[in-house]
Amino acid sequence: MATNEGNSAPHIMSAYEDELEQLNNLVLEMGGRIEIQLSGAIRAMVKRDSDSAEDLIAQDKEVDALEERINDLAVRTLALRQPMAGDLRIIVSVIKIAGDLERFGDYAKNIAKRTLVVNQSPPIRATSSIPRMAELVQRMLDGVLKAFINRDAEMAKAIWVQDAEVDESYNSLFRELLTYMMEDPRNISAATHLLFVAKNIERMGDLVTNVAETIHFVAEGERMEQERPKRDMTSLTDVPMTEDNA
Amino acid sequence: MTDTLPPDEDLRTAIVAEGVNVYYGEKQALFDVDLDIKQNQVTALIGPSGCGKSTFLRCINRMNDVIDGCRVEGRIALDGDDIYDRSVDVVQLRARIGMVFQKPNPFPKSIFDNVSYGPRIHGIAERKADLEEIVHDSLVRAGLWNEVADRLNEPGTGLSGGQQQRLCIARAIAVRPDVILMDEPCSALDPIATARIEELIDDLRENYTIVIVTHSMQQAARVSQRTAFFHLGNLVEFGPTDQIFTSPRDKRTESYITGRIG
Repeated sequence: MATNEGNSAPHIMSAYEDELEQLNNLVLEMGGRIEIQLSGAIRAMVKRDSDSAEDLIAQDKEVDALEERINDLAVRTLALRQPMAGDLRIIVSVIKIAGDLERFGDYAKNIAKRTLVVNQSPPIRATSSIPRMAELVQRMLDGVLKAFINRDAEMAKAIWVQDAEVDESYNSLFRELLTYMMEDPRNISAATHLLFVAKNIERMGDLVTNVAETIHFVAEGERMEQERPKRDMTSLTDVPMTEDNA
Repeated sequence: MTDTLPPDEDLRTAIVAEGVNVYYGEKQALFDVDLDIKQNQVTALIGPSGCGKSTFLRCINRMNDVIDGCRVEGRIALDGDDIYDRSVDVVQLRARIGMVFQKPNPFPKSIFDNVSYGPRIHGIAERKADLEEIVHDSLVRAGLWNEVADRLNEPGTGLSGGQQQRLCIARAIAVRPDVILMDEPCSALDPIATARIEELIDDLRENYTIVIVTHSMQQAARVSQRTAFFHLGNLVEFGPTDQIFTSPRDKRTESYITGRIG
């Protein structure tokens, strides 16, 4: 197990220290933005607010721009500083984390896009289950960013475990949406879009666990041992056709 | 650094150091060092100035014997035999354990004589034909033959820095060592000459065991399979080079290699 509980002294070259801090801050800035994107997308969906949804879609560009800045600065630091040990792990990990956060942002944008479509149809009940699922992921993201700041492997692991709850939430949403589709064919379009929204949120949970695993590697110098708890059963879910709905 | 290595258990140990303490007069320079050097590997010794790495290197071929007031305690064994045992012929030892220094130091002799000198005085070869073969073989192994084949009678001091250093390596090789010690061999050389020597080191480990002291961590990372970090006379950490530079176990090691001296 590597000891990397924050080096006691700063780097001899203060410019290097500044660059590392800048990388750190960019990741946090990106994390903050995607938090807003997710909560904004869900709010726009619940309130059926197409204007907000459109603003959100446009704002995804800023998330992408941050990923580019992080990648550029990381590559530059690798070239100019020849980082070793903990510094090397952080710089390589920041590139991975930025990639995961950028995809997280894309999923939020996708939710906003589907909101625009769903708003064309009358609302269906599942619209209330989705915010609950998003809230879980929101809390996971918040936790993982804190774990990142503190390079806290224990905290990262705790977040990693929470993803099981997100998966189970998705399982029940999946079944719920199928029943609405079966009740009334006019629900199918909206329900299908909501299914994608739910899937997006489930994937966002997965991305947060990726980040948690990366943080563990930064802090400990080793990968997490266990298999991530995966509870997503939807690929095995089937709704049996009875004579009534055949 | 190249291929994947066999596990350490499968490698023979060339040199074992146990409980080595070294004093310069009253001042203690090394504290209780335990270290084993594996055969046909490059082991790098790193650490800040004054940490004891060069002192330790000089223990291995008993170069510390020539320093007034220097006292070595503990055990250092080459292939199981204690090198400080009274029966050991130090001159022979220094043929088996060769040394290359920071500043290339060819003899003020011809290139040929530089390399043939050792085999002659050690009684390894006498006849001209035998000496020629040894000189040729050593210069080839040191990667210098092609550059000097047509001027073996010219003075060794007329060569470039990088060539002089390779001449010194050829000179060490000529007396058929088991081990080659290198004390910052590239410090005085430009980057291209350095790269050539590093490539040579990688080739040499097939036939020799190499211990290199370097103040360049990147060099230690490039050429060695195992790295030992010394600090204030203590061996702080010793392990596979890739592990030392990606996830060192000791905080002092991490601080040094990331440039955060307290």
